[in-house]
Amino acid sequence: MGDRNEPLHQIKSRRDSALAAMVTGVPYMTWLGIRFDRRGDELTAILPYDDKLIGNPMLPAIHGGVTAAFLEVTAIIELGWAAMWEDLESGRIAPDAAVPDSLPRLPKTIDFTVDYLRSGLPRDAYARARVVRSGRRYASVHVEAWQDNRARLIAQATGHFLMPQP
Amino acid sequence: MTDPDDHARIAQQFIEAIPHARALGMRVDEIGAGRATISMPWAEHLVGDPRTGVIHGGVVSALMDTCCGAAVMAHPTNPRSTATIDLRIDYMRAATPGQRITARAECYHMTRSVAFLRAVALDEDPDNPVAAATGAFTAER
Repeated sequence: MGDRNEPLHQIKSRRDSALAAMVTGVPYMTWLGIRFDRRGDELTAILPYDDKLIGNPMLPAIHGGVTAAFLEVTAIIELGWAAMWEDLESGRIAPDAAVPDSLPRLPKTIDFTVDYLRSGLPRDAYARARVVRSGRRYASVHVEAWQDNRARLIAQATGHFLMPQP
Repeated sequence: MTDPDDHARIAQQFIEAIPHARALGMRVDEIGAGRATISMPWAEHLVGDPRTGVIHGGVVSALMDTCCGAAVMAHPTNPRSTATIDLRIDYMRAATPGQRITARAECYHMTRSVAFLRAVALDEDPDNPVAAATGAFTAER
Protein backbone atom coordinates (compact mmCIF):
# COMPACT_ATOMS: atom_id res chain seq x y z
CA MET A 1 0.00 0.00 0.00
CA GLY A 2 0.91 3.69 0.06
CA ASP A 3 3.79 5.42 1.73
CA ARG A 4 3.07 5.69 5.49
CA ASN A 5 4.93 8.98 5.67
CA GLU A 6 2.84 10.59 2.95
CA PRO A 7 1.48 13.92 4.29
CA LEU A 8 -2.11 13.61 5.54
CA HIS A 9 -3.38 16.59 3.55
CA GLN A 10 -2.05 14.99 0.38
CA ILE A 11 -3.83 11.70 1.13
CA LYS A 12 -7.12 13.49 1.87
CA SER A 13 -6.91 15.70 -1.16
CA ARG A 14 -6.17 12.75 -3.47
CA ARG A 15 -9.17 10.78 -2.17
CA ASP A 16 -11.56 13.71 -2.00
CA SER A 17 -10.74 15.01 -5.44
CA ALA A 18 -11.03 11.53 -6.99
CA LEU A 19 -14.46 11.10 -5.36
CA ALA A 20 -15.58 14.59 -6.39
CA ALA A 21 -14.43 13.95 -9.95
CA MET A 22 -16.46 10.74 -10.09
CA VAL A 23 -19.60 12.42 -8.75
CA THR A 24 -19.48 15.72 -10.65
CA GLY A 25 -18.78 13.76 -13.85
CA VAL A 26 -22.42 12.56 -13.82
CA PRO A 27 -24.90 15.37 -14.69
CA TYR A 28 -27.92 13.49 -13.29
CA MET A 29 -26.30 13.22 -9.84
CA THR A 30 -25.62 16.95 -9.82
CA TRP A 31 -29.22 17.64 -10.88
CA LEU A 32 -30.58 15.50 -8.02
CA GLY A 33 -28.13 17.24 -5.65
CA ILE A 34 -26.48 14.00 -4.47
CA ARG A 35 -23.24 14.39 -2.48
CA PHE A 36 -20.94 11.89 -0.80
CA ASP A 37 -19.46 11.99 2.66
CA ARG A 38 -16.20 10.00 3.02
CA ARG A 39 -14.58 8.44 6.10
CA GLY A 40 -11.48 6.56 4.91
CA ASP A 41 -12.89 4.37 2.16
CA GLU A 42 -16.44 4.36 3.61
CA LEU A 43 -18.95 6.41 1.64
CA THR A 44 -22.33 7.78 2.69
CA ALA A 45 -24.51 9.28 -0.02
CA ILE A 46 -26.60 12.33 0.89
CA LEU A 47 -29.72 13.43 -0.96
CA PRO A 48 -30.60 16.92 0.32
CA TYR A 49 -34.34 17.59 0.28
CA ASP A 50 -35.71 19.60 -2.61
CA ASP A 51 -39.33 20.26 -3.70
CA LYS A 52 -38.72 18.73 -7.12
CA LEU A 53 -38.14 15.32 -5.47
CA ILE A 54 -41.77 15.05 -4.30
CA GLY A 55 -43.88 12.24 -5.76
CA ASN A 56 -46.96 12.57 -3.57
CA PRO A 57 -47.80 16.19 -2.72
CA MET A 58 -50.70 15.15 -0.44
CA LEU A 59 -48.64 13.28 2.17
CA PRO A 60 -46.08 14.71 1.15
CA ALA A 61 -43.59 11.98 0.19
CA ILE A 62 -40.46 11.67 -1.94
CA HIS A 63 -41.07 10.07 -5.37
CA GLY A 64 -40.42 6.32 -5.39
CA GLY A 65 -38.43 6.80 -8.57
CA VAL A 66 -36.16 9.29 -6.79
CA THR A 67 -35.58 6.79 -4.00
CA ALA A 68 -34.75 4.12 -6.61
CA ALA A 69 -32.40 6.49 -8.44
CA PHE A 70 -30.69 7.52 -5.20
CA LEU A 71 -30.10 3.87 -4.26
CA GLU A 72 -28.85 3.03 -7.74
CA VAL A 73 -26.45 5.98 -7.87
CA THR A 74 -25.10 5.03 -4.42
CA ALA A 75 -24.53 1.44 -5.54
CA ILE A 76 -22.75 2.49 -8.75
CA ILE A 77 -20.46 5.02 -7.03
CA GLU A 78 -19.60 2.58 -4.22
CA LEU A 79 -18.75 -0.10 -6.77
CA GLY A 80 -16.73 2.29 -8.96
CA TRP A 81 -14.99 3.69 -5.88
CA ALA A 82 -14.08 0.23 -4.52
CA ALA A 83 -12.84 -0.84 -7.96
CA MET A 84 -10.59 2.19 -8.33
CA TRP A 85 -9.29 2.35 -4.73
CA GLU A 86 -6.07 0.34 -5.32
CA ASP A 87 -5.14 2.28 -8.43
CA LEU A 88 -5.89 5.56 -6.69
CA GLU A 89 -3.84 4.77 -3.59
CA SER A 90 -0.87 3.52 -5.61
CA GLY A 91 -0.96 6.69 -7.73
CA ARG A 92 -1.62 4.78 -10.97
CA ILE A 93 -4.63 7.01 -11.65
CA ALA A 94 -5.58 10.58 -10.69
CA PRO A 95 -9.19 11.26 -11.74
CA ASP A 96 -9.86 14.90 -12.59
CA ALA A 97 -13.36 16.19 -13.41
CA ALA A 98 -11.87 18.59 -15.98
CA VAL A 99 -10.34 15.68 -17.92
CA PRO A 100 -13.19 13.28 -18.82
CA ASP A 101 -10.76 10.59 -20.00
CA SER A 102 -9.13 10.48 -16.56
CA LEU A 103 -12.42 9.38 -14.95
CA PRO A 104 -12.86 5.66 -14.33
CA ARG A 105 -15.62 4.05 -16.38
CA LEU A 106 -18.58 3.30 -14.12
CA PRO A 107 -20.26 -0.12 -13.84
CA LYS A 108 -23.47 -0.65 -15.84
CA THR A 109 -26.68 -1.75 -14.16
CA ILE A 110 -27.96 -5.16 -15.27
CA ASP A 111 -30.93 -5.26 -12.92
CA PHE A 112 -32.04 -3.42 -9.82
CA THR A 113 -34.71 -4.41 -7.29
CA VAL A 114 -36.02 -1.88 -4.81
CA ASP A 115 -37.89 -2.81 -1.67
CA TYR A 116 -39.88 0.18 -0.38
CA LEU A 117 -40.22 0.04 3.40
CA ARG A 118 -41.50 3.46 4.47
CA SER A 119 -42.54 6.55 2.60
CA GLY A 120 -39.72 9.05 2.14
CA LEU A 121 -40.38 12.19 4.17
CA PRO A 122 -39.70 15.68 2.83
CA ARG A 123 -36.22 15.85 4.41
CA ASP A 124 -32.64 14.75 3.66
CA ALA A 125 -31.99 11.07 2.94
CA TYR A 126 -28.82 9.03 3.33
CA ALA A 127 -27.63 5.78 1.78
CA ARG A 128 -24.78 3.30 2.07
CA ALA A 129 -23.96 0.45 -0.26
CA ARG A 130 -22.12 -2.80 0.40
CA VAL A 131 -20.43 -4.72 -2.38
CA VAL A 132 -21.60 -8.26 -1.65
CA ARG A 133 -19.57 -9.86 -4.41
CA SER A 134 -17.38 -8.31 -7.03
CA GLY A 135 -15.90 -10.47 -9.74
CA ARG A 136 -13.98 -9.44 -12.80
CA ARG A 137 -17.11 -9.15 -14.88
CA TYR A 138 -20.17 -9.09 -12.59
CA ALA A 139 -20.91 -7.60 -9.20
CA SER A 140 -23.75 -7.80 -6.71
CA VAL A 141 -24.44 -4.83 -4.43
CA HIS A 142 -26.83 -4.26 -1.54
CA VAL A 143 -27.80 -0.73 -0.61
CA GLU A 144 -29.85 0.84 2.19
CA ALA A 145 -31.42 4.28 2.53
CA TRP A 146 -32.72 6.02 5.63
CA GLN A 147 -33.63 9.48 6.87
CA ASP A 148 -33.74 10.33 10.57
CA ASN A 149 -32.87 6.95 12.04
CA ARG A 150 -30.19 4.65 10.66
CA ALA A 151 -32.18 1.61 11.86
CA ARG A 152 -35.45 2.71 10.23
CA LEU A 153 -34.79 2.19 6.54
CA ILE A 154 -37.00 3.90 3.99
CA ALA A 155 -35.84 1.49 1.27
CA GLN A 156 -33.26 -1.14 0.42
CA ALA A 157 -32.18 -2.56 -2.90
CA THR A 158 -30.08 -5.27 -4.53
CA GLY A 159 -28.58 -4.83 -7.94
CA HIS A 160 -26.34 -6.65 -10.37
CA PHE A 161 -23.78 -4.75 -12.36
CA LEU A 162 -21.51 -5.29 -15.32
CA MET A 163 -17.98 -4.16 -14.48
CA PRO A 164 -16.16 -1.95 -16.98
CA GLN A 165 -13.65 -4.00 -18.95
CA PRO A 166 -10.07 -2.72 -19.21
CA MET B 1 -69.17 7.40 -17.88
CA THR B 2 -66.24 9.62 -18.86
CA ASP B 3 -64.84 9.50 -22.38
CA PRO B 4 -61.19 8.56 -23.05
CA ASP B 5 -60.16 12.18 -23.66
CA ASP B 6 -61.42 13.09 -20.18
CA HIS B 7 -59.37 10.20 -18.76
CA ALA B 8 -56.25 11.51 -20.52
CA ARG B 9 -56.89 15.04 -19.31
CA ILE B 10 -57.47 13.91 -15.71
CA ALA B 11 -54.35 11.75 -15.89
CA GLN B 12 -52.28 14.64 -17.23
CA GLN B 13 -53.51 16.81 -14.35
CA PHE B 14 -52.57 14.00 -11.95
CA ILE B 15 -49.03 13.95 -13.43
CA GLU B 16 -48.76 17.74 -13.36
CA ALA B 17 -49.56 17.63 -9.64
CA ILE B 18 -46.49 15.42 -9.02
CA PRO B 19 -43.51 17.79 -8.72
CA HIS B 20 -40.94 15.16 -9.72
CA ALA B 21 -42.92 14.02 -12.77
CA ARG B 22 -43.20 17.66 -13.83
CA ALA B 23 -39.46 18.21 -13.22
CA LEU B 24 -38.74 15.34 -15.63
CA GLY B 25 -41.20 16.68 -18.22
CA MET B 26 -43.49 13.63 -18.20
CA ARG B 27 -46.49 13.51 -20.52
CA VAL B 28 -49.43 11.09 -20.38
CA ASP B 29 -49.85 9.62 -23.88
CA GLU B 30 -52.52 7.04 -23.12
CA ILE B 31 -54.44 5.84 -20.10
CA GLY B 32 -57.29 3.47 -19.35
CA ALA B 33 -58.40 0.21 -17.68
CA GLY B 34 -55.26 -0.61 -15.69
CA ARG B 35 -52.88 0.57 -18.42
CA ALA B 36 -50.81 3.69 -18.92
CA THR B 37 -48.30 5.10 -21.42
CA ILE B 38 -46.15 7.98 -20.21
CA SER B 39 -43.20 9.55 -22.03
CA MET B 40 -40.51 12.13 -21.34
CA PRO B 41 -37.83 13.91 -23.37
CA TRP B 42 -34.10 13.24 -23.23
CA ALA B 43 -32.26 16.10 -21.46
CA GLU B 44 -28.62 16.99 -20.92
CA HIS B 45 -28.95 17.22 -17.12
CA LEU B 46 -30.37 13.67 -16.91
CA VAL B 47 -27.29 12.07 -18.46
CA GLY B 48 -25.61 9.27 -16.51
CA ASP B 49 -22.60 8.76 -18.75
CA PRO B 50 -21.15 12.00 -20.16
CA ARG B 51 -18.90 10.05 -22.55
CA THR B 52 -21.92 8.76 -24.46
CA GLY B 53 -24.79 11.08 -23.43
CA VAL B 54 -26.84 8.07 -22.32
CA ILE B 55 -29.58 8.94 -19.83
CA HIS B 56 -29.14 7.63 -16.26
CA GLY B 57 -30.88 4.38 -15.29
CA GLY B 58 -32.43 6.19 -12.33
CA VAL B 59 -34.44 8.38 -14.71
CA VAL B 60 -35.84 5.27 -16.40
CA SER B 61 -36.74 3.95 -12.91
CA ALA B 62 -38.61 7.16 -12.08
CA LEU B 63 -40.53 7.04 -15.37
CA MET B 64 -41.47 3.36 -15.00
CA ASP B 65 -42.47 3.84 -11.34
CA THR B 66 -44.73 6.78 -12.25
CA CYS B 67 -46.21 4.87 -15.18
CA CYS B 68 -46.96 1.82 -13.01
CA GLY B 69 -48.58 4.07 -10.39
CA ALA B 70 -50.74 5.68 -13.07
CA ALA B 71 -51.82 2.24 -14.36
CA VAL B 72 -52.91 1.26 -10.84
CA MET B 73 -54.89 4.50 -10.46
CA ALA B 74 -56.54 3.83 -13.85
CA HIS B 75 -57.69 0.35 -12.82
CA PRO B 76 -61.48 -0.13 -13.11
CA THR B 77 -61.70 -0.90 -9.36
CA ASN B 78 -60.72 2.76 -8.73
CA PRO B 79 -58.08 2.59 -5.95
CA ARG B 80 -58.05 5.74 -3.82
CA SER B 81 -54.26 5.89 -3.81
CA THR B 82 -51.20 3.72 -4.42
CA ALA B 83 -47.57 3.33 -3.33
CA THR B 84 -44.74 1.13 -4.58
CA ILE B 85 -44.08 -2.02 -2.54
CA ASP B 86 -41.33 -3.29 -4.80
CA LEU B 87 -40.05 -2.70 -8.28
CA ARG B 88 -37.50 -4.72 -10.23
CA ILE B 89 -35.98 -3.24 -13.35
CA ASP B 90 -33.97 -5.10 -15.98
CA TYR B 91 -31.80 -2.80 -18.06
CA MET B 92 -31.52 -4.43 -21.46
CA ARG B 93 -29.65 -1.75 -23.37
CA ALA B 94 -28.68 1.91 -23.23
CA ALA B 95 -31.40 4.35 -24.38
CA THR B 96 -30.30 6.22 -27.51
CA PRO B 97 -29.18 9.76 -26.57
CA GLY B 98 -31.51 12.52 -27.76
CA GLN B 99 -34.53 10.23 -28.13
CA ARG B 100 -37.78 10.43 -26.18
CA ILE B 101 -38.33 7.64 -23.64
CA THR B 102 -41.74 6.02 -23.36
CA ALA B 103 -42.94 3.69 -20.61
CA ARG B 104 -45.95 1.39 -20.98
CA ALA B 105 -47.35 -0.23 -17.84
CA GLU B 106 -50.06 -2.80 -17.38
CA CYS B 107 -51.74 -3.87 -14.16
CA TYR B 108 -52.05 -7.61 -14.93
CA HIS B 109 -53.59 -8.62 -11.63
CA MET B 110 -55.42 -6.80 -8.87
CA THR B 111 -56.44 -7.99 -5.42
CA ARG B 112 -58.26 -6.00 -2.71
CA SER B 113 -55.03 -4.51 -1.50
CA VAL B 114 -52.26 -5.29 -4.00
CA ALA B 115 -51.73 -4.51 -7.68
CA PHE B 116 -49.25 -6.50 -9.80
CA LEU B 117 -47.59 -4.60 -12.63
CA ARG B 118 -45.49 -5.17 -15.71
CA ALA B 119 -43.86 -2.36 -17.66
CA VAL B 120 -41.45 -1.73 -20.52
CA ALA B 121 -39.45 1.36 -21.44
CA LEU B 122 -38.76 2.18 -25.08
CA ASP B 123 -36.84 4.81 -26.99
CA GLU B 124 -37.78 5.62 -30.59
CA ASP B 125 -37.10 2.01 -31.66
CA PRO B 126 -40.39 0.34 -30.62
CA ASP B 127 -39.17 -3.21 -31.29
CA ASN B 128 -36.17 -3.17 -29.01
CA PRO B 129 -37.03 -2.27 -25.37
CA VAL B 130 -34.54 -0.34 -23.25
CA ALA B 131 -35.76 -1.79 -19.94
CA ALA B 132 -38.45 -4.01 -18.45
CA ALA B 133 -39.97 -3.88 -14.97
CA THR B 134 -42.19 -5.90 -12.69
CA GLY B 135 -43.61 -4.55 -9.50
CA ALA B 136 -46.12 -4.82 -6.69
CA PHE B 137 -48.03 -1.71 -5.62
CA THR B 138 -50.47 -1.04 -2.79
CA ALA B 139 -54.11 -0.41 -3.70
CA GLU B 140 -55.76 1.70 -1.06
CA ARG B 141 -59.55 1.53 -0.99
